[in-house]
This record gives sequence, structure tokens and C-alpha cells, in this order.
Amino acid sequence: MDTAQMNSIVFSTASPDAGLKSVIEKNPADIIKLIGDSGLRGRGGAGFPTSMKWRFASEAKNDEKNIVCNADEGEPGTFKDRLVLSEYADIVFEGMTIAALAVGAQKGILYLRGEYTFLVASLESVLADRREKNLLGKNILGRDGFDFDIEIRMGVGAYICGEETALIESLEGQRGEPRNRPPFPVDTGFLGQPTVVNNVETLAYVSCIAAKGPEWFKGFGTEKSTGLKLFSVSGDCEKPGVYEFPMGVTIAELLKAVEGEGAKAVQVGGASGQCVPAEEFGRRVCYEDIATGGSIIVFGQERDMLCVVKNFLEFFVEESCGQCTPCREGNAKLLEGIELLEKGKCSMTYLKELCSLGETMQLASKCGLGQSSPNVFLSVAKHFQCELMGRIN
Amino acid sequence: MLTTEREQMVSDINGWIEENGPDRSSLIPVLQEVQKKYGRITSFSMQKIADLLGIHPVEVYGVVSFYSFLNNKPHGRFVIRLCQTISCEMAGKARVARQLENDLGIEFGQTTSDGMFTLEWTSCMGMCDKGPAMMVNDQVFTKVTAEKVHNIIEGCKQSFSAFSFSS
Repeated sequence: MDTAQMNSIVFSTASPDAGLKSVIEKNPADIIKLIGDSGLRGRGGAGFPTSMKWRFASEAKNDEKNIVCNADEGEPGTFKDRLVLSEYADIVFEGMTIAALAVGAQKGILYLRGEYTFLVASLESVLADRREKNLLGKNILGRDGFDFDIEIRMGVGAYICGEETALIESLEGQRGEPRNRPPFPVDTGFLGQPTVVNNVETLAYVSCIAAKGPEWFKGFGTEKSTGLKLFSVSGDCEKPGVYEFPMGVTIAELLKAVEGEGAKAVQVGGASGQCVPAEEFGRRVCYEDIATGGSIIVFGQERDMLCVVKNFLEFFVEESCGQCTPCREGNAKLLEGIELLEKGKCSMTYLKELCSLGETMQLASKCGLGQSSPNVFLSVAKHFQCELMGRIN
Repeated sequence: MLTTEREQMVSDINGWIEENGPDRSSLIPVLQEVQKKYGRITSFSMQKIADLLGIHPVEVYGVVSFYSFLNNKPHGRFVIRLCQTISCEMAGKARVARQLENDLGIEFGQTTSDGMFTLEWTSCMGMCDKGPAMMVNDQVFTKVTAEKVHNIIEGCKQSFSAFSFSS
């Protein structure tokens, strides 16, 4: 039992395999339509419509297809998947099975980050139990020709492997360097086969939607961001933990729930997200405003924002795969700039140059890591300039 | 039968490759097994794996050097990895780090002379609600404080001597 603090999460009320049982007779197109009607978008952060991914993979011509559950949760401040996999692994595997039925996949892979090795024994026993109940294996639940099984593959300590093409490279035994896209994994993925990569949380919601219907899910959230979302909250608050809210929740509402109201700023979306100052706490977390994978880090009044940015940039210098120049060199350059700021030896002209370097990285980097790593530097340079300039040690 | 460690390693690698299948996508699972059992991935084992998978050993080295949980240098029996990312930093990782260095007598990136402990930093390990967090091999410790460090290290030593006596 994971002892994380949490509010009441819808997964705790899911009846076992109600979703899978209710779609087992349906044809793939109807299942994809059902998920499409719910408006579910990828919960890992990028927010790509889940049903579209499934449709592309379903239409791809290949006898062998794969469903990969991305459990390489590495974004700083994110731990919701840890909780979901330790408490509600069944509905994640159920979601993978529903996805397999929808796209015609035979092979499932749970790509679990190496840091969560302690979860493997319990996950394996859930899988064994599902095989026993014919929820995995051959002719699942009596549906002729529906064969699907899931294996667990362990990550090896690389943040970049949360990016779906890097994850696939890693599964294929390569360095975790992102691929150029297109082609997308839905037509050329693992071993060149069509592959759907979905986040743990996305797949868990798939099971709930299959059981309760798309209208239930659409009853939460906003027009473009339907449904519920899990948030991992840490930092300067009384009740850090995993919380479920409808999409569109404001930062102020979130802070109230976790008792972190006096905060100076909140980092939404982890290291690759943005730093939101107190005067903007009325902003909403959804695709229309601030999109996120759910990491919320609260900074109290006494926090030095320069230390915060430094920590994040050290993270990116360490975790950049080194493949493309803007990310490999840019992050190192930004970190050098922070060290200058720390010493109080950075001119305003140079700070502006660094900001423009950051904007170049956003445009020119190959994958999401380098495109988003300058975000925190830029938002702190914008909102907390008063803390950065002319420091005296 | 008397076997050298190399012979044992070759037979282990053969077994792991048989288990996972003789293709490139087995590379990382096999490397993880070698890492787990031998604490490092030597040039010899990289060459052996490359031969069996039909790839160049440099391909194997490229993978080993990319991932932070795979090493080709000797590591201690217990690898201690302290999370250095923001939430654990705010929760007080600096004092835990200082005390780990004091109690082990080494700095980050080093291994104790008896080969028991390696001390490393790691990036966010998903324990942000319970920081400071660290891993000792696969085991996770949360809400670690400077004064708890000693007991964690002692626990490792005891589990090692219990293991040595029983085997």
C-alpha cells in the first residue's frame, strides 16, 4: 500500500473489468469512437487525442501491432503513476487490453522506470491473476481470435526515455535518442510495427470511460479539456500527494486543497513546465490555458527562485541525450548564465541574450526536452527579475 | 567443478540471451541482468554479448555509457543514489548528502575502499511527496534525515554479513 496523501480518486470506485466486459463484443471502430466521444487526451502532458492515436494505429496495415504503456514517469515532481500502479494496476492493464482490442494489437509492454523496481513483484502478480481469469492470453473473455499479453520492461535511468520515440529506441536495445517524426510510432514504432504509446493515467481513464460511458467523462472539465486529471503535488504545502480534479481547475483551488495558499509561485508541469507567479494563481490548468502532465511544485515565500532555476537546469544538462546541438549546448550555456547571475556578474544585455538563446532552443531542438527546457528560465527571468539582478554574496 | 568467474559469466550471459531471445531488443534486459549480478558491465561481457547478438561491441558500449543505471566501472555492493531534484532539495537533501559523505568517508561519485558502497546523485525518482528520497540498489527510502543515514548504512552492512554467513 502506497501511503501517499490523496483525495478520493475515481479509480478507487471502478468495478473490476466492467469497462473491458462492456466493450468485448464491440468492433474496433466503435471502441475508438467511444473514446473519441469522451474527448480524452493524453495525460502524460502532450495532450494528443487518444482516439486519434488509436485510429491511426488501427488503420495501419501490419499483422503485428503493440500497445506500450509509458510508465517512465520521470518529470520532476510527478509521482501519480507510482500511486496508480501500486493501487490500481488492474485498471491500467484493463485499459491496455481495451486499446489492444481497438487497434488489433497482440503484444503489450509496460515500460516501467528503473526507480520503480519495487513495484515489479506486485505488478507481475496482477498480470498472473489476469492470465488466470482469461483477461489476458488467448481468446480473451471468449472473444474468438482476441489474443493479447503484457510484459514488463524496465527503464535504465534516463529521463529522455519518457519521450515516446526514445522509449521505443530503448525497447529496441538502442541508446534512448529520440527519432525524427514522421514517421510516427502509430505506423512505424517498436520493431517497425504500428505501436500505440499511452500514459499510465490515460489508460486507467480509458477503462473508466468504457465502463461509465463518454458522457460521464465529459461531465467534468471544460469544452476542450474534458474529464478528470491527476495532479502530483509537492513542495511547500501541508498536504503533498496525489489529487484528482476536473480539468480547468485553477491553481488557487489546487493550493487550497493541499494547504499551500501562501505560495510565492507554483511550477506547473515539472522541470519542462512553467513557473507561475502568485498574481496569476487564477489561471486554469487545462489545454486552453496551462497544459501539464500533472506536476505541481509549490514554492513558499522564502524560496530563492534562482536556486530553483539552477536545480532545473542542472537536471536538463544531466538528462539531455546530447543528440542535437540546441539542447546539448543551450542548456549548458543557460546554466553558465545562472552561475553568473548567482555571482551577481550578469549584465542585463547578457540576460536578454540568454533569453533569446532560450527561445531559439524552443524552436530548434529536436524533441520535447530541448523545446521545453528553457521554459522555466524564461518564466523566472520574466516574473522574478527582481531576484536575479545585482546579487551580492 | 571449479569454474572461473569468466566461465560463470559466459554461461550466465548465454542463459539470459536464450531467455530473452537472440535479437537486439534483448540487449538492455541482458545488460540489466549482468549489472545486477556482477555490479558492472566489463569489456569482456560487452564483447560476449555483442558476439551472441551479432552486433559490434561498440554498439553495446554506446548503450552502456548512455544509461545512468548501467556502468562499466566497478561499483560497490550497495549503490546509494540520493535524489538531487527540486522537491527533495527543498525538503533538505543537502544535509542528508553531507551526512552520507561523513558516514561513508567518500564523496559523491566514489566507492568505498572495501567495495561495499558507491555514492551517487540521481534525478527525480518520483518520491517528491516524501522527500528527501534515496535508493539503495532497488530499495527506496523516503523522508530520510541526516541522523537516519547511519542506521540505513548499518542495515546494509548487516544484510551483507547475514547473506555471507548463510551462503
